Amino acid sequence: MIFVNDKDLVVPGEILAEDDFHPGRGTFKEENKICSSVVGLIALRNKKISVIPLQSKYIPKRGDVVIGEITDIRFSMWGLDINSPYSGLLPASEVFGKEKRELDKVFKIGDVLFLRVVDVDEVRKVKLGLKGRGLGKFKGGILIYITPTKVPRLIGKKGSMINMIKDKTNCEIVVGQNGVVWVNGDIEMERVAEKVIKMIQKQAHTSGLTDRVREMLAQLTGEELEVSKDTEAVEGEENDNDNASSEDEKDVKQENDTNSSEKDNKNIPREIFESKLNLNHKR
Amino acid sequence: MIIIITLGTNVGTKAREDGRAFDELRNLKIDAGVLERADGSAYLEFGGNKILVAIYGPKESYIRRLQRPDRAVIRCRYNMAPFSVDDRKRPGPDRRSIEISKITAEALHSSVILEKYPRSMIEVFIEVLEAEGGTRCAGITAASVAMADAGIPMRDMVVACAAGKVNGEIVLDLSEVEDKDGEADVPVAILPRTGQITLLQSDGNLSADEFEKALDLAIKGCQQISEVQKEALKNRYGV
Repeated sequence: MIFVNDKDLVVPGEILAEDDFHPGRGTFKEENKICSSVVGLIALRNKKISVIPLQSKYIPKRGDVVIGEITDIRFSMWGLDINSPYSGLLPASEVFGKEKRELDKVFKIGDVLFLRVVDVDEVRKVKLGLKGRGLGKFKGGILIYITPTKVPRLIGKKGSMINMIKDKTNCEIVVGQNGVVWVNGDIEMERVAEKVIKMIQKQAHTSGLTDRVREMLAQLTGEELEVSKDTEAVEGEENDNDNASSEDEKDVKQENDTNSSEKDNKNIPREIFESKLNLNHKR
Repeated sequence: MIIIITLGTNVGTKAREDGRAFDELRNLKIDAGVLERADGSAYLEFGGNKILVAIYGPKESYIRRLQRPDRAVIRCRYNMAPFSVDDRKRPGPDRRSIEISKITAEALHSSVILEKYPRSMIEVFIEVLEAEGGTRCAGITAASVAMADAGIPMRDMVVACAAGKVNGEIVLDLSEVEDKDGEADVPVAILPRTGQITLLQSDGNLSADEFEKALDLAIKGCQQISEVQKEALKNRYGV
């Protein structure tokens, strides 16, 4: 017996189903009842019930690519903040091999790196590595923090969402699976990208998001950047595909406009704070 | 968003000081996600109480000796603002606030799935901006909404409510005056789905029968408040 529908919003402790269902992520089983453990949206797959959380912390997993900031230099390793309850370790051997060099000449405290999670052991020690394509240190740019569960939404189907932001703002954007986003480009455009990413995070659980992101991008970049009609036509074709995919993904009631504008206002202190952070990174 | 709860009508001939029925709660309003920088937050108005709760975590435990290898730890701080009561409250922790911090952490403890985040720490900050009796219960209620808002996995949302004895009558949800003049106060916190009790205190003199009655009444109140909690979380995401 099931008490909820697909894509319903549930709160912790709500009874979702009884008997012949399997508990997935975000749920737990008590006697014969399946209950939700987080605030999130129901995802039904056959007889398996999961709850996709709307808010979460990043739990490191082997093989993930993450963005981390160096917070500590020790005898043979760097300590990194990876936006998670567990801090990351980058052993010197990962960078130098067997050669011995001074660590603080390579990476300093405050440097931002793009890394891969090599291993997570039983005591939640997170070993990071720099071997792989595109991994390494970032120069310049800003960091934006979002909820890790919203990373797939930000990237979109086959990168549709993130590529749209990249095209419109002319910024380099890298998304770590730990919910840290690095944006590098023109200062004005970095701000635009930040606003858009924050908006995606706020409205990730609503439908028709791709269209709203496109509108917002057009609005924000409109004054500074004249988009030629040719490129717009091409993007118009893409729209249809995106529409289909976004409706596939989520089909939840939309927030009304007043609500979202209120939320944007609340964002201001955070933006100021982050712009301060960026000054440090640019050094 | 204001949700007014009325439980029954004024059946008794002797009404209460503020005109409520014996089994009637004060006006309750909860907003989730009011703070931008906290991982989770809630603002609660319960009668004359105004309480703000912020949750940080799970994060790396910065106090090594508190770290547990198999689960997360909950640290809680209950604090009353100096302007929260009629006479100025001397700032800083006192005997009472240390006690409430402890019982709040313990009341929340059994609801949170702590095993999911070993070696980490969850911090709960309860700030009482205005107090009018029953702040410990209101604090627990708001803290568990903030916990859910922070995305921390929980078995159930803890909800707390008090009952007591005033002028020989067993009443629900004591106000400040009733608490001071009354004979007894029984704060109760439960897990509403299973009915398990996570906090039970009793201050004052009650016979065994009266205590049973007060406990039943408090649990009934908890069930009502629980609905408002769920409503608050759903409203946060505009559904």
